Amino acid sequence: MLTINNLHVKLEEEDKPILKGVNLTVEAGKVHAIMGPNGSGKSTLSYVLSGKDGYEVTDGTVNLNGQDVFGMEPEERSSAGMFLAFQYPVEIPGVGNMTFLRTAVNAQRKSRGEEEMSAAEFLKIVRLRAKELKIDADMLKRPVNVGFSGGEKKRNEILQMAMLEPKICILDETDSGLDVDAMKLVADGVNSLRNSNRGFLVITHYQRLLDHIKPDYVHIMADGQIVKTGGPDLALEVENNGYKDLLAGVA
Amino acid sequence: MDSIVENVVVKDGVDQETVDAVREVGGAYKHGWSTDIEMEYAPKGLSPDIVKLISEKNEEPDWMLDWRLAAYERWLQKKEPEWAMVDYPKIDFQDQYYYARPKSMETKPKSLDEVDPKLLATYEKLGIPLKEQLILAGVDGAEELTGAPRKVAVDAVFDSVSVGTTFRDELLKAGVIFCSISEAIKDYPDLVKKYLGSVVPVSDNYYATLNSAVFSDGSFVYIPPGVRCPMELSTYFRINAENTGQFERTLIIADKGSYVSYLEGCTAPQRDIAQLHAAVVEIIIEEDAEVKYSTVQNWYPGDENGKGGIYNFVTKRADCRGDRAKVMWTQVETGSAVTWKYPSCILRGNETQGEFYSIAIANNMQQADTGTKMVHLGKNTKSRIVSKGISAGQAQNTYRGLVSMHPRAKDSRNYTQCDSLLIGDKCGAHTVPYIEVKNNSSRVEHEATTSKVDDDQLFYCRSRGMDEEEAVALVVNGFCKDVLQALPMEFAMEAQQLVAISLEGSVG
Repeated sequence: MLTINNLHVKLEEEDKPILKGVNLTVEAGKVHAIMGPNGSGKSTLSYVLSGKDGYEVTDGTVNLNGQDVFGMEPEERSSAGMFLAFQYPVEIPGVGNMTFLRTAVNAQRKSRGEEEMSAAEFLKIVRLRAKELKIDADMLKRPVNVGFSGGEKKRNEILQMAMLEPKICILDETDSGLDVDAMKLVADGVNSLRNSNRGFLVITHYQRLLDHIKPDYVHIMADGQIVKTGGPDLALEVENNGYKDLLAGVA
Repeated sequence: MDSIVENVVVKDGVDQETVDAVREVGGAYKHGWSTDIEMEYAPKGLSPDIVKLISEKNEEPDWMLDWRLAAYERWLQKKEPEWAMVDYPKIDFQDQYYYARPKSMETKPKSLDEVDPKLLATYEKLGIPLKEQLILAGVDGAEELTGAPRKVAVDAVFDSVSVGTTFRDELLKAGVIFCSISEAIKDYPDLVKKYLGSVVPVSDNYYATLNSAVFSDGSFVYIPPGVRCPMELSTYFRINAENTGQFERTLIIADKGSYVSYLEGCTAPQRDIAQLHAAVVEIIIEEDAEVKYSTVQNWYPGDENGKGGIYNFVTKRADCRGDRAKVMWTQVETGSAVTWKYPSCILRGNETQGEFYSIAIANNMQQADTGTKMVHLGKNTKSRIVSKGISAGQAQNTYRGLVSMHPRAKDSRNYTQCDSLLIGDKCGAHTVPYIEVKNNSSRVEHEATTSKVDDDQLFYCRSRGMDEEEAVALVVNGFCKDVLQALPMEFAMEAQQLVAISLEGSVG
């Protein structure tokens, strides 16, 4: 579904390579986790995939269901089924959460040539999804992410994911800043979206999120490359021994 | 919106073009067309003879002509103001037409049915607001579709002349007078004599003085004591003729304990040469009365290089004469090449209240210098200012406001919030607040912020599927929310779309 082939990326403003030949394939129905120390290029990978400005792809390709991702604008990638749950969700003052969701859902539908969702249908679905994530009516009315707690922001990301029904979900350190209960809630939300048509790329520092979202594969990223790939056990190894030993072993 | 229009049956006599125009939403400046109507002009330039001619054409009594001529004399002695942060080529006031009217108006129509259908079609094309327009366009089923038969009375001003007022009889039953000011001068001379020029004196400022000499028409409203006006009143101004200045005069009187909500919409065709608009609006609010005045100003702003467009020099002022009188100005300014406009509140009575809500959008080469004046004269008076300025392209947007607390205005309060939003790095936002407090029991608060449309916000929206323009419109509408909420429903929808349309092409 998502194929990353020999991806090289540098910062646009300085001549500093960040990704140095990333290869990764995420199949439908599978959950891939990427772990790695700070500065290894994990977040850059998520931004480059979703089309954020400021990065230059110097080599390599990314393919989403046969489409060349780098030939698409961020909104086109989104409509094609790519979703990034932000590490730091952005506040938009004055724009109600519900308005934002509805605009996004209908923008995607429009670009796919589908009919817009009616207000009634939208309300029905959004209320159902919100309930599953313990998001109350008040939070749906408040401006997007403004004054939300860390946990509320992350749950809100998962709500957007649930409403947009993407094909490939990238979670960028969704566990950061969450207490145990909030993490469980977010993980339950993600798990309820797992199905045989949808792939996940879960980026995290810590193994604890992967206790709740069980990955099929775990990749270790260091210095802009994936240096080791394994099953869920690899995450436990990181947890017990740290990256240092593991990376020393690779080298 | 589209679906509303598609479900209605079109009456005989309504042409397809109108229906299509009704259906069309969006596009660049969508009111840039002109109507091909035979016009009657007064000769170019300004002189006592032109003033006499305008007065004669309107069949005015002598006292009115004398008033105009006195204004003309004062205007000759006045200088064009230069303090505003706007820059435009010098206006040759002798190269303007001061009077233009459609030939078909030579003998005034007695009812709307007698009005040239081309004129009506023009107003129908304007499309503000949809509900009204469906009714105006004679579309069957409009009322059922748009809910309760909530009527809006309309006075339409085309170049210099009021072409018709709707729902007059119904309003008269409630005692409300709503007509063109030229009719009011003839039919209600005592009211006009008493109030005209009492809020904006003849010699108030250069443009107001010019307007006093040459105003050709405008709207007149009188709400008798204790009457809540049964419908919204509205005026549409349209400048059509080339090289023509439009100088309309609006006079609104809310007598004791009355209430009225008044809407004003403005458009003009796309022309290469700048056109002049210098209006005066006077509002008198007596004891316990309340007036809401909302404007959606969508004059042609000129092209992206600053060619053409309307020069908008407007004086608007409300006088809260009686105790506990209230006034609320709400404006959405998206058009004009140059805007010079400060709707003001004189809080003369005790416990009077003034509010000013403003959205000013300047894109491309547009320049806006706008704000308000809150003059606190009475005790326990309150005012509130919420101004949202948005600049894009190479535009310059200035908020200029005065809050003045006089010695007698004890225990008065003002709260001002001034927010500026920048899109791109070639535009400018300026805030110039003047604050004068001459007693020690009043409180004035001023908050100002300037922010840029954040790349992170745009990327966040786009990563959820919105294209860049949709993302900008969403973020900007969020920024304007406090003001949009203050607009009547009919205008709020239109205003949201206008915000999106006027910022098209401002990013990327």
